[in-house]
Amino acid sequence: MQFMLLFSRQGKLRLQKWYVPLSDKERKKISRDLVQTILARKPKMCSFLEWRDLKIVYKRYASLYFCCAVEDQDNELITLEIIHRYVELLDKYFGSVCELDIIFNFEKAYFILDEFLLGGEAQETSKKNVLKAIEQADLLQEVRLHTDP
Amino acid sequence: MRGLAVFISDIRNCKSKEAEIKRINKELANIRSKFKGDKALDGYSKKKYVCKLLFIFLLGHDIDFGHMEAVNLLSSNKYTEKQIGYLFISVLVNSNSDLISLINNAIKNDLSSRNPTFMNLALHCIANVGSREMAEAFAAEVPRILVAGDTMDSVKQSAALCLLRLNTTSPDLVPMGEWTARVVHLLNDQHLGVVTAATSLITTLAQKSPEDFKTSVSLAVARLSRIVSSASTDLQDYTYYFVAAPWLSVKLLRLLQCYPPPEDGAIRGRLTECLETILNKAQEPPKSKKVQHSNAKNAVLFEAISLIIHHDSEPTLLVRACNQLGQFLQHRETNLRYLALESMCTLASSEFSHEAVKTHIETVINALKSERDVSVRQRAVDLLYAMCDRSNAKQIVAEMLSYLETADYSIREEIVLKVAILAEKYAVDYTWYVDTILNLIRFAGDYVSDEVWYRVIQIVINRDEVQGYAAKTVFEALQAPACHENLVKVGGYILGEFGNLIAGDSRSSPLIQFDLLHSKFHLCSVPTRALLLSAYIKFINLFPEVKGTIQEVLRSDSQLRNADVELQQRAVEYLRLSCIASTDILATVLEEMPPFPERESSILAKLKKKKGPGNLHPDLDENRKERSVNGGTVAASPTPSTDLLGLGSTIATQNSAPPVSKGTSLLVDVFSENIIPDMRCLPLAPFPSRFVCKNNGVLYENQLLQIGLKSEFRQNLGRMYVFFGNKTSTQFMNFAASVFILCIPADPTVDGGAQLQQILNIECVSDFVDAPVLNIQFRYGGTLQNIAVKLPITLNKFFQPTEMTSQDFFQRWKQLGAPQQEVQKIFKAKNSMDTEVTKAKIMGFGAALLDGVDPNPSNFVGAGVIHTKTTQVGCLLRLEPNTQAQMYRLTLRTSRDTVSQRLCDLLSEQF
Repeated sequence: MQFMLLFSRQGKLRLQKWYVPLSDKERKKISRDLVQTILARKPKMCSFLEWRDLKIVYKRYASLYFCCAVEDQDNELITLEIIHRYVELLDKYFGSVCELDIIFNFEKAYFILDEFLLGGEAQETSKKNVLKAIEQADLLQEVRLHTDP
Repeated sequence: MRGLAVFISDIRNCKSKEAEIKRINKELANIRSKFKGDKALDGYSKKKYVCKLLFIFLLGHDIDFGHMEAVNLLSSNKYTEKQIGYLFISVLVNSNSDLISLINNAIKNDLSSRNPTFMNLALHCIANVGSREMAEAFAAEVPRILVAGDTMDSVKQSAALCLLRLNTTSPDLVPMGEWTARVVHLLNDQHLGVVTAATSLITTLAQKSPEDFKTSVSLAVARLSRIVSSASTDLQDYTYYFVAAPWLSVKLLRLLQCYPPPEDGAIRGRLTECLETILNKAQEPPKSKKVQHSNAKNAVLFEAISLIIHHDSEPTLLVRACNQLGQFLQHRETNLRYLALESMCTLASSEFSHEAVKTHIETVINALKSERDVSVRQRAVDLLYAMCDRSNAKQIVAEMLSYLETADYSIREEIVLKVAILAEKYAVDYTWYVDTILNLIRFAGDYVSDEVWYRVIQIVINRDEVQGYAAKTVFEALQAPACHENLVKVGGYILGEFGNLIAGDSRSSPLIQFDLLHSKFHLCSVPTRALLLSAYIKFINLFPEVKGTIQEVLRSDSQLRNADVELQQRAVEYLRLSCIASTDILATVLEEMPPFPERESSILAKLKKKKGPGNLHPDLDENRKERSVNGGTVAASPTPSTDLLGLGSTIATQNSAPPVSKGTSLLVDVFSENIIPDMRCLPLAPFPSRFVCKNNGVLYENQLLQIGLKSEFRQNLGRMYVFFGNKTSTQFMNFAASVFILCIPADPTVDGGAQLQQILNIECVSDFVDAPVLNIQFRYGGTLQNIAVKLPITLNKFFQPTEMTSQDFFQRWKQLGAPQQEVQKIFKAKNSMDTEVTKAKIMGFGAALLDGVDPNPSNFVGAGVIHTKTTQVGCLLRLEPNTQAQMYRLTLRTSRDTVSQRLCDLLSEQF
């Protein structure tokens, strides 16, 4: 996977994760173009499209669009389910997740994504294991880890 | 972090962009003053402000401070502070930051902390940033963590993908070797999460060095087999909507696509079983109505089909795959229809399933007409293009043409290119081709690129039988009151060349033709007008009776004093030419265009280019090709040891272009080179084509001189003995022979009846098209004789035959499957179609003749390697005679497009 974008129906970017080195300018241009392209598509259209030399896989959940760019030989359907598994993880963590959860706890959304995908590849596909890792981290919240000198 | 939540709601409440920017600037000023303040900030505040900066950055604003504070957080002893620090670094620090050594230090500490949560944070950071500096610092450490016996599973997963990322960004820095075997063994790990991460890593590494990871094949097959045959509850949380480990299955199937089918029969059998089971499951009733269930199941199915296509060796599996995709073509899910069309495209290129794919033509045509989503229609166009062959070309081209009228603007140009290519490739009857292209211009003139109309002109000029028809058709098409400018261009060019073929009919008399063209003149752009002016001067030659009318037009102020310098110059020059030149000179200057060399259509290159930046520099590629047309690659030098005749000393070896014959320059001027970019340079005396398959013989002979040749070639080197025989009884004086601009000093005299021998040493530096020219000069009696003849040094001379088994042959054939690697030509037999002669010719051409490879015994299959100084190019060829039609189909596949083209051109001339 080359990148993942979450954006609202109004075209506001809510999360962006880049797995390939790109300049800030390129990232902005790509997000702008892609958001426009996808928002222009009708609801019943297929979830895949060719865009530049990438394959775009996207799906809308309530007010949020989840969009992944994968390479030519990558599997579209499994990417669609990567999106779904991520949504499930967010849902489980926040308890029926909504756009506001992701806005106000954007850092958590990033942490969960990092536990699930790393370098653009699925790292751990078990829902239980991902949530366990996040919960463990949460337990460490305010605990001092090293004894002060 | 209440402060952060408050800030975020403030931003959300901003009514306008300006208000938002104002609020952000206020916050930035606040944070800046806090960071600069005298009072040391506590960790919590630092974390809060760094998080706010991150939020501001993600909103799309620039952040130019705070990096140092984020780096400080990395060494915090509170987990959440560390976590925010790492997040900031991953998102915002680019590789050339001066902070990189501080960051690397913090990462190093966390990696050695033995605390799995910290180690994971550090590994995630390396994977997210993935810069070269990080690769330098950790490329040795990460593999150690990955294969260490006491590493926790979750850390192994992070380490595997972290290593993958480092390997993609800086492959040279990641040492391979001692840990490869242990990484492969991770496929056997108990923990499916570890296997999932490791499979991604191994796939990437195996793509780069398949040999090192060959052992992964058997492990992957074993793993896949266990997953496929497991009950849906066996894998616990790795079962996703009743599908066992879909992600891992897809990854394993991907890994197997890095390799040919397993050689070991048992493993191969087990894999076939897996693939059959996956295909069977597709027919079972779904275990859940949820779309996630069918998506996951079909994801595995599509990946299995990809593997089947990749192996391209099991006809039954291929046909089953095709039938399965055929079902999906009519599925109610748009996604599945899309993927089925896409997947069938690759299936169409396999010889085992091509016919099976063709049976779905009606469904695909229907998809083209009825799909509501343009991306699905685009796939249907692609599939029609892929499944097209001689049997269905007319139907497919007709359907594409009719779709073109309503097609989305975004894909029109591509459809135009595809139609143009198919029409040319499968034209049996060139009138159909001409009609098709004119229809293209009629329906989608704006999308017809220059390449397309250049091509139709090249083809019309090269084929006598279609010229009259083309002239008649364009003449009729031009009658339309509004016709596209591209039609005017084609019309102008063709009538200028072949208008005489229809001038006998009083309805298309010369004057009517001229008036018709000229009625379009004023509506056209400058380049088209320039072309029309050239057509007019050609008319003056074809039809002396309209000379006066045309001179009148050229003489008018709007031409002679045109503001455009090109138009003015043409008008002035053509007018003068028509006034002063005699009929003979006019006839020579304005002669019909010579045929163009047979070459790959540039439309194909254009289509490849359109297909996206995947094909990186098609322009460069094109240039290279153009150059190689003129760039010779033969170097000559006499060998001292065999220098019996004392032929001079060393001559530098070099590549250089043969001088372009000046004879064509006039024509080039008349039809300026931007109209047809590639004008052929007329060869002086081409060598007899039998030399392509032979090395010895008489190259040239006239009343005075006979030139004989004896040559031998090994790998990229060759030696040619040239014998100059004086057939007269008088001495030749001042005898000199040279190759290109290199002079080969020869004995200045050749006695009557005597023979002079020269030795040329030849080295093939890179692949080439043009043969070197041998120029000979001598004085015979009082007159200077000048002879130029091409030496029969052709690319195929550097062939080494390669014997291979049928399986190897098809394996390689598939590997050379990229469209530019294949060149195909269908041509009429010039000689009798004798099997033994054909065999001898293919062997003489240099390839090994492979028996029993082609299922059809009347076909010929050959293989060999072209040796050049820099590279070796593997070549496969297949010749399919059709004795009934007296036609051949010749297909060349090599790893280099120019080589495929050249060999195809050379060999097709032989039969």
